[in-house]
Amino acid sequence: MLAFAVRRLTALAATLAVAALVVFMVMEVLPGDPAEVMLGLNAQPDTLAALRAQMGLDRPVPERFLVWILAFLSGDLGISYTYDVPVAELIGERMEVTLPLALMAILFSTAIALPCGVLAARFRGGFADTFIMGAAQLGVAVPNFWFAILLILLFAVTLGWTSAGGFPGFEDGILPALGALLLPAVALALPQAAILARVTRSSVVEVMGEDYIRTARAKGLSGRTVLWRHAVRNALAAPLTIMGLQFSFLLAGTVIIENVFYLPGLGRLIFQAIAQRDLIVVKDVVVLLVALVITVNFVVDLLYAWTDPRLRKAGSDV
Amino acid sequence: MKSKLFAAALLATTLGAAGNAAAKDSLALGIGLEPPHLDPTAGAAAAIDEVVYANVFEGLTRIGPDGAVLPALAKSWSVSENGLTYTFKLQDGVAFHDGTGFDSADVLFSLNRAMAEDSTNAQKGLFEPIEKVEAPDATTVVITLKRPTGHFLFNLGWGDAVIVAPESAGANKSNPVGTGPFSFKRWAKGSEINLARNDAYWGTKAKLTKVSFKIMPDAAASAAALMSGDVDAIPNFGAPELLEQFRSDPRFLVMIGTTEGETILSMNHANEALSDIRVRRAISHAIDRQAIIDGAMFGSGTPIGSHFAPHHPAYIDLTGMYPHDTAKAKALLAEAGYADGLKLRLTLPPPSYARRGGEVIAAQLAAVGIETEIIPVEWAQWLKQVFKTTDYDLTIVSHTEPFDIGIYARDSYYFNYKSDRFRNVYSALTEAVDPTERNSLIGEAQKILAEDAVNGFLFELAQNGVWRTKIKGLWRNRPIQANDVTGAYWE
Repeated sequence: MLAFAVRRLTALAATLAVAALVVFMVMEVLPGDPAEVMLGLNAQPDTLAALRAQMGLDRPVPERFLVWILAFLSGDLGISYTYDVPVAELIGERMEVTLPLALMAILFSTAIALPCGVLAARFRGGFADTFIMGAAQLGVAVPNFWFAILLILLFAVTLGWTSAGGFPGFEDGILPALGALLLPAVALALPQAAILARVTRSSVVEVMGEDYIRTARAKGLSGRTVLWRHAVRNALAAPLTIMGLQFSFLLAGTVIIENVFYLPGLGRLIFQAIAQRDLIVVKDVVVLLVALVITVNFVVDLLYAWTDPRLRKAGSDV
Repeated sequence: MKSKLFAAALLATTLGAAGNAAAKDSLALGIGLEPPHLDPTAGAAAAIDEVVYANVFEGLTRIGPDGAVLPALAKSWSVSENGLTYTFKLQDGVAFHDGTGFDSADVLFSLNRAMAEDSTNAQKGLFEPIEKVEAPDATTVVITLKRPTGHFLFNLGWGDAVIVAPESAGANKSNPVGTGPFSFKRWAKGSEINLARNDAYWGTKAKLTKVSFKIMPDAAASAAALMSGDVDAIPNFGAPELLEQFRSDPRFLVMIGTTEGETILSMNHANEALSDIRVRRAISHAIDRQAIIDGAMFGSGTPIGSHFAPHHPAYIDLTGMYPHDTAKAKALLAEAGYADGLKLRLTLPPPSYARRGGEVIAAQLAAVGIETEIIPVEWAQWLKQVFKTTDYDLTIVSHTEPFDIGIYARDSYYFNYKSDRFRNVYSALTEAVDPTERNSLIGEAQKILAEDAVNGFLFELAQNGVWRTKIKGLWRNRPIQANDVTGAYWE
């Protein structure tokens, strides 16, 4: 298990290093000079030159890469070109929104999908199955921003129960802040739940046909015990993988959802940073996101290996 | 579908909600773009001025709601006979928000800082005519110019020319310290910027105690925010297609005003075909302005025939010079040798006026035999490819700087237009001080641009404002990129 983890960690570090280089190169070929974007249509050439010098953009590319990556490794994420504040501070502020949002969305989607999926499998072909799978079909087809708009219309505009968006911050208490994230989290969770429910259903259905289930039945265990103790437990591997994958989709999804609900999250930050060519913010956030996604995949792999010892072995052969 | 849902929602709120209670003294404004920072002297983004201009920062002069130059930190001024020396008398008893006093030394500091070699002031050109700035005493500033400059007082009213203090100038990007009726309170990045009334203000104090600028980039989201009461006003509403439902709602006022945004079909004169005046005139005849305004802007926008804002006193209507006439356009093209058609690239930046307008224009050009390849680009790419390297044939963009007719006199501006006739008129204009003479020169400049069909002049961008009926004192027009809330109050 330990050897497996170490091997995985090495691969993780290598991936990160490559990602950092690729991200930097992509930023270099991206058209658009941050200084020009900042100064607009009336800028004079000498003003542009002064700003470029101030931002360090006049230095050679390899030098800039080294300066950036060394500072990054030492924990110094630099100063945002446009906001003029430390990038670490910006990311920290934005994480206060995006992290709880993503966690809530995962929580909701899991809480909806697992029981629904198992239920559909248990009553395969029956009314519950048809209904749940029909709803899931809809959930997969409809994009989350559309759900978001519907939710705003219903709960904010028509019923007036919540505000249409925005984030009050945690200073005024945890509950109002989490309350502001409720609708966005639901909008994010629904399409994810739909996918997860379908995977759970098919996984449980598949496991129910296995020999050991028949054996368990033959031993005289009740239907419920067989389902929950044997089938569901063994069927969890597939949904677990999907949840790991969904995490990266979730981060992409927050970009849209944060725009619709005007939430000051990481998604909005990167969206704006790209538009304004705040390259240092883009680079830092992208590398952090890459790190986050591969870390989550790493954890999922570990969980996976932990639930199924065969994988550990298979892994060591590679 | 969306609008039907909105209508249903609207009905429900009108029936159900019990209007806003007692007179409020705070205001929540929705703005589309978050300013990158809050120092108007160090960035071109209109979003900066939209928050801090006149509210937090003040200049020697300021621009009023009708575009006129009004006194601000300078209570009066006199101009020497030869138009070279401006003597400003400053307000006394003025303090910056951090308590430091304001006097002529701050003016000296601010102007010298803007003109300095390493200045990153986006409109450094505004200060170029200044020869020297002197402060004979604490409440007097004397500015000497290199040559008479007609719009010098107007230029001093730009956000880029506000007066800052040496003690706080370095930190203004994140903590702006000005002399205005509102002081900066808090900036929740990505979410909102809060201002509070400055009770020590030297002039007429603001009626509102708090103003928050809420950043909502999505137009549908801002409509929902207005209806749910999250914001009270959106001075620059991004979705003209949603205005109708606000018009029919008694809780809201829809104000269609004018801006300084001349929306034009820019042509690259370095392109061989476009360097031919007959082709440019053909394009001008091919354009149906009203169809573009109706099709792309849902009817809001004022047709223009040259690069000038219709609300300006010196505006002359030249929209009749090239009436929509496809036969004439085809004839001109044939005369120029493009009887078999012409292929051009049409590069479009992200704003909806450009993307939607581009579709309409492409169809109108196709009708006269000009085939266009539409190339959508994002903003930074537009700046690089179109604006800087002028690698384009046609593009659509709104030029939002006030009184920016001078761009046609610039070397290597992205149109690649060169006309000695225009340059002469413009240089006479920059030196003219007499208002009648100025207006006649401005008129002549407009005519030259129209005659040369330099660009396709489409329409003046409208300012679509939506706000609660009970809020008064917001600006309908936008002669400068600002949301001046110093006179706003609840009825």
